[in-house]
Amino acid sequence: MDFRDTSAEAAFRDEIRAWLSENLVGEFAALGGRGGPADERGWDTRIEWERTLGRDRWVGMSWPEEYGGRNLNFSQQVIFNEEYAKANAPARISFFGEGLFAPTLIAYGTHEQKSRFLPKIQSVDELWCQGYSEPDAGSDLSNVATRAVRDGDEWVINGQKVWTTLAHRAQWCFVVARTEAGSTGHKGLSYLLVPMDQPGVEIRPLRQMTGSAEFNEVYFSDARTSADLVLGEVGDGWAVAMATLGFERGTAFMSQQLAFQRELREVIEVAQGNGRSKEATTRQDLADSYIGVQVMKYNGMRMLTDLVARGVIGPSSSIGKLFWSNWHRTLGERAMDVLGTDALLVASEGNGEYELEDFHQIFMSSRAETIYAGASEIQRNIIGERVLGLPREPR
Amino acid sequence: MNFAFSEEQDQLRDVVRRFVEEKSSEEEVRRLMDTEVGYDPNVWAQMANELGLQSLHIPEEFGGQGFSFVELAIVFEEQGRRLLCSPYFATVALATNAILNAGTTDEKAALLPGIASGETIATLAFTEPNGRWDADGITMVAREDGGGWVLDGTKMFVIDGNNADLIVVAARTAGTSGEAGISFFTVAGDAQGLTRTALATMDQTRKQSKLEFAGVKATPLGAAGQGWSALSKTLDQAAVCLSNEMAGGAQFVLDMSVEYAKVRVQFGRPIGSFQAIKHKCADMLLEVESAKSAAYYSAWAAGEDNEELPVVASLSKAYCSDAYFHATAENIQIHGGIGFTWEHPAHLYFKRAKSSEILLGDATYHRELLAQRIGI
Repeated sequence: MDFRDTSAEAAFRDEIRAWLSENLVGEFAALGGRGGPADERGWDTRIEWERTLGRDRWVGMSWPEEYGGRNLNFSQQVIFNEEYAKANAPARISFFGEGLFAPTLIAYGTHEQKSRFLPKIQSVDELWCQGYSEPDAGSDLSNVATRAVRDGDEWVINGQKVWTTLAHRAQWCFVVARTEAGSTGHKGLSYLLVPMDQPGVEIRPLRQMTGSAEFNEVYFSDARTSADLVLGEVGDGWAVAMATLGFERGTAFMSQQLAFQRELREVIEVAQGNGRSKEATTRQDLADSYIGVQVMKYNGMRMLTDLVARGVIGPSSSIGKLFWSNWHRTLGERAMDVLGTDALLVASEGNGEYELEDFHQIFMSSRAETIYAGASEIQRNIIGERVLGLPREPR
Repeated sequence: MNFAFSEEQDQLRDVVRRFVEEKSSEEEVRRLMDTEVGYDPNVWAQMANELGLQSLHIPEEFGGQGFSFVELAIVFEEQGRRLLCSPYFATVALATNAILNAGTTDEKAALLPGIASGETIATLAFTEPNGRWDADGITMVAREDGGGWVLDGTKMFVIDGNNADLIVVAARTAGTSGEAGISFFTVAGDAQGLTRTALATMDQTRKQSKLEFAGVKATPLGAAGQGWSALSKTLDQAAVCLSNEMAGGAQFVLDMSVEYAKVRVQFGRPIGSFQAIKHKCADMLLEVESAKSAAYYSAWAAGEDNEELPVVASLSKAYCSDAYFHATAENIQIHGGIGFTWEHPAHLYFKRAKSSEILLGDATYHRELLAQRIGI
């Protein structure tokens, strides 16, 4: 047990710091650390920033070298993410491509598929979106009804996806579709890679409670993709889709913790400024949030140690997801408490406009976090059944 | 970065787990908790002679083995799993640390070898009838009398106070308040003028005493009037030990709940298949794993003796207190009626959790202390 860097880790950390101090300058530095995959503020500059990262192979740093990666191990990835967060570098928008699709592609893709898609993810020439949820397939994801039928050397896709973040920005979508007619549940699904720029794809924005519209409904009406653009075996899409969800719940929270720490610090500063920090209940709340964000760090380090030793994170990633999403939701509520009457006002509203300050952004966007990537109730099922070995509920 | 126990530490855990399972069955816990001394002197001797547990983190020059708080944490976690009834917490977490923090080299050389060998049972008497865990709670005045020191007053909630051969006492010099003027003294358990009364404890597995001092001659430990920083550190270290003990107990009751939820059938199926129960268990696991992370990290910080310790000790004590109590409360609920009976062990853990939460300051106290320590 030792929480200090090894000499190799320290040297790697220095390399990252040097790169960031050289490149994170000017308009890139001005972006600050805010935002996220579901946040379009400063879009063009953020794209340019990500291309700068990609140019020096900091996009795809965990990939094998033959596909342009640096083959970095988990510890190195975490060190990069720590330094990235400490430097207040812009939140990443290539999350769906780099964070979710690429690891799935590396695990399940053919050499041709990897060679085709990975370089474009790294150069940030192609963005991806996730075609999972449907109106009748939310927590019960295996209930997808979108169908794909072979027509010569193409798949023809019909159906509707929903809550598709950044569909309007993405060039590609990874789609879970039913390829076996008459199949139900987990069977008969395939994981298709579908180009978004075609007549059979219609995107309608959905406005969220935050006022902005990062996610969408996506309608496939005889949309087409090439027959060879199936990831994994035809009919084996459920396993591939679950692997992606594993990455989504996986290691992201380890670096997220640093962003959360910063948010908490801002809430504490506001409380100190307006005098709330002198109130006993507020002090209890802030100390409790501090405990939570530190425990998140300790949990992350324990999980990382386990990950390095065993190579897979497994269902215990659900513990991390459940923890951070609840913690963040509570922070949002406490931020409102700290603001007091200032919480009654937003940055601007009226005439179709509704713009939030940072604390309101946390307060509202955190309501989505206990829902996406598997709602908290689903995470508790996973923990109960796959970690604790409790019997499945009747289905 | 490496957040794992070493192979040697895992071996220590195996040895201690086997020992505690053998010596601290539920039946034995129930037998001991009903006695006045509340522990088995033979087991105490075996802990010292066969396993060397009392000497674990005492430096070699004072008769110990020189291990760190990480090894100590393993022992506390394993004891916590089985509610081992023993003056180990009082002797090792409280008295030994107080002596290590406050004592001069000569004092350590005089006091620690007896503890390390298992001959001396010791405790720390600092809490008073006012029930406070901070410096202001110490009102007992030590006065100089003919070249020696004399203590008058009452100490309360003294863990294993009736069992202790050696009592480390925190008192203050006349005319001081707060953190200034606090001094340590040692007193023999059978000292003249000392009246020890066993208290009727809600948690029967850990004995407490009221100690009344009437002109008791005391030997100074460390520099007079300079004791607060050593006491504060001792309380942090003890909080770390107790956090690990609580994490062990919390894991044990979670296992108890999960096992029962798998076999108890209602409405024609195991109750663990219902989300109402399954989700309780999932939340317990999250909290138990988090409690372990906090407890282990705090043990590392205590071992390193770094500047993080005060913050991490309060953090860990607050989190583990809440997690342990919540786990024991849910354990009763999951067991239903049987969990409310005297015969079922659920109440033993429920009571231990509540008493451990209150000892050294409850979660509310430690959150406030934490707020101060991080500058809020």
